[in-house]
Amino acid sequence: MAGTGTAHLRDADDTLLRVEDLVVEFPAGRSGLRVHAVSNISFDVKEGETLGLVGESGCGKSTTGKAIMQLPRPNSGSVVFEGTDMTTLDGAELRRTRTRMKMIFQDPISSLNPRRKVEDIIAEGLNIWDTGTKAEQQAKVDEMMLAVGLDPALQRGRRPHQFSGGQCQRISIARAVVTDPKLIICDEPVSALDVSVQAQILNLLEDMKARYGLTLIFIAHDLAVVKNVSDRVVVMYLGKMCEVASPDLLYEQPAHPYTRVLLDAIPVPDPSVRPDDRPRVAGEIPSPVAPPSGCRFRTRCPKAQDVCANTEPEVSEVHPGQFVACHFPLAPGETLPVGNGARPI
Amino acid sequence: MTPLRRRRGGSAADRFSDAPLDGSLLDVGDVKTHFKTERGLVRAVDGVTFSLERGKTIGIVGESGCGKSVLSRSIMGLLPSNVVRHGSIHFEGREIGKAYTDTMRDYWGTQMAMVFQDPMTSLNPVMRIGNQITESLRYHLDVTKEYAEETALSLLQSVGIPEAERRLRQYPFELSGGMRQRVMIAIALACGPKLLFADEPTTALDVTVQAQILDLLQQQQRERFMAMVLVTHDLGVVAGRTDEIAVMYAGRIVEKAPTRSLFAHTRHPYTEALLKSIPKLNQRSHTRLEAIVGRPPDLVKPPPGCRFAARCPYAQPKCLTDEPPLEDPGEPGHAFRCFYPVGSDAGADALARNLAAGETASGLPVKKIGEIVTTGITV
Repeated sequence: MAGTGTAHLRDADDTLLRVEDLVVEFPAGRSGLRVHAVSNISFDVKEGETLGLVGESGCGKSTTGKAIMQLPRPNSGSVVFEGTDMTTLDGAELRRTRTRMKMIFQDPISSLNPRRKVEDIIAEGLNIWDTGTKAEQQAKVDEMMLAVGLDPALQRGRRPHQFSGGQCQRISIARAVVTDPKLIICDEPVSALDVSVQAQILNLLEDMKARYGLTLIFIAHDLAVVKNVSDRVVVMYLGKMCEVASPDLLYEQPAHPYTRVLLDAIPVPDPSVRPDDRPRVAGEIPSPVAPPSGCRFRTRCPKAQDVCANTEPEVSEVHPGQFVACHFPLAPGETLPVGNGARPI
Repeated sequence: MTPLRRRRGGSAADRFSDAPLDGSLLDVGDVKTHFKTERGLVRAVDGVTFSLERGKTIGIVGESGCGKSVLSRSIMGLLPSNVVRHGSIHFEGREIGKAYTDTMRDYWGTQMAMVFQDPMTSLNPVMRIGNQITESLRYHLDVTKEYAEETALSLLQSVGIPEAERRLRQYPFELSGGMRQRVMIAIALACGPKLLFADEPTTALDVTVQAQILDLLQQQQRERFMAMVLVTHDLGVVAGRTDEIAVMYAGRIVEKAPTRSLFAHTRHPYTEALLKSIPKLNQRSHTRLEAIVGRPPDLVKPPPGCRFAARCPYAQPKCLTDEPPLEDPGEPGHAFRCFYPVGSDAGADALARNLAAGETASGLPVKKIGEIVTTGITV
């Protein structure tokens, strides 16, 4: 889609988070220009659901995650979490709300303080809010370490450098869950890990979600990973939304050309699938300082027409439960031309 | 071999003109690369043998710490000083396994080159792109400055960099990750190497850019009839792009086969486990992934017997004491190290025995949930 609109928002009582018309812009140096990182993104997350945010580097998916946390505050738009608009909160109120909303980052090693012991890293949230006695905090830390597959007796006194990347990510998950949050924003939690460890962490996230009644926002660039964990997926491109649907629908009949491109780029562990025969998109994501007019994907889209440069597509429902922002959505089964069919930028 | 000195008797490329054109390009025989550390000897590569013909591609696959990167650096001669090397490496029939850096300098660039994982840290941040490409051309090929600059321009164009002329004058920070990796490839290809190592060339990149870079490597490899060693942790990356695959675990090759055969008739439980741990697009969402529990063994003290036994659902008492040899009892060319291979009666019996007992010989809990065999403790 690479467009705007709110047709895909749901009216439900169990909506935990509702983001509407989120805009995040940064100044580009002293040039007076602005980086349009996120432009009018809307989505909602129901309680107990996992929402996948997927797209290339620079599509604004991480910025969206951080803007929900108000780190930094979005330029405009609303972030309603448990009935409260986060953008109106300040100081202690905002910090108190953030204990219910946690984040897990991409690089597990650099997101842990190398000089602190694991038990202190995990207990920090409890310490800050004086939750329970020392003994209760200790018990809670032990419970968390066990839940993420670490041995408290053996490992609680160790420091991050004594753990592998996968184990550090387990510590990050324990640290996030310890304050009993409702929502966890996972920002590329498995991109830095090997496939074998990736599977362990994805399974762990699913287990933790069931055990502690969590709701997840899962940010990643690999659609296969996102499909595995999500109930609903938002495909993003250059600060805009392209397509919103359930992962199975998205895979069976992608309606946005960009979704198709992402699907075709995933390496298939099957030697009979020749990579040369798969469609590719030319070029790279354009600069968010001067995004293309109309549909932002048009410069790389093999289906682009004149209307795509003039009019920005709005999100509309093409099939029940499948929303797309595209003037020329793909019909079920339609494929893109093989090779670099797109016009060069 | 007589010592070769730069800029005497023509360019480095000329000195290899007498190399035989038949036979394999690279022969690696029982290579061991051990690092001396405070904790003891780390056996990063521990007896690896393979050979590679001209114009062929081999994939080396394994988890972090399995020795796949150290293996390619051992062949290139890019090792630190605290290393103990054993075994032989023959390149076009010449032994280079113990060669000093001075000798290897004649091989780098013109004979073999490497594309590294992280394109930001492998490029010099304070040097223009153009100079980084012409540097190796001028050093190795003894060409004029003008010729080197023209070559650099055509190289940048051939690796798909738009506005190549302008890019030559830019610095690495002005380029995106994918563009930087294209520059790395251009530098590696500059002197027309016969062998290219691509060490996790796309791990730091997005999926769409990954596909573009892999396509580019494959296209260049075919056009130049260059041999390529593609090192990765993702079996999906090597599936459609290699002639042969070697799967490494704890410093050893555990399975080596032509690509089609490896996927169609997977024999080693580790290869099977790696394949199963990849999330597949055709699975329904929330399909539980079959992860490999635990971590690779400590390479200072590798366990006796099969090194994968502690994580293997097929493990039997014999696996804990005897190490299986790398043999190809079935299909010629499809070698593996396992007493109870996947797809054999012995393997099926071993798994059935472990399932009945609820644990493997190494004490790893194993049970069947639906069609999926899970190892380790499930929550």
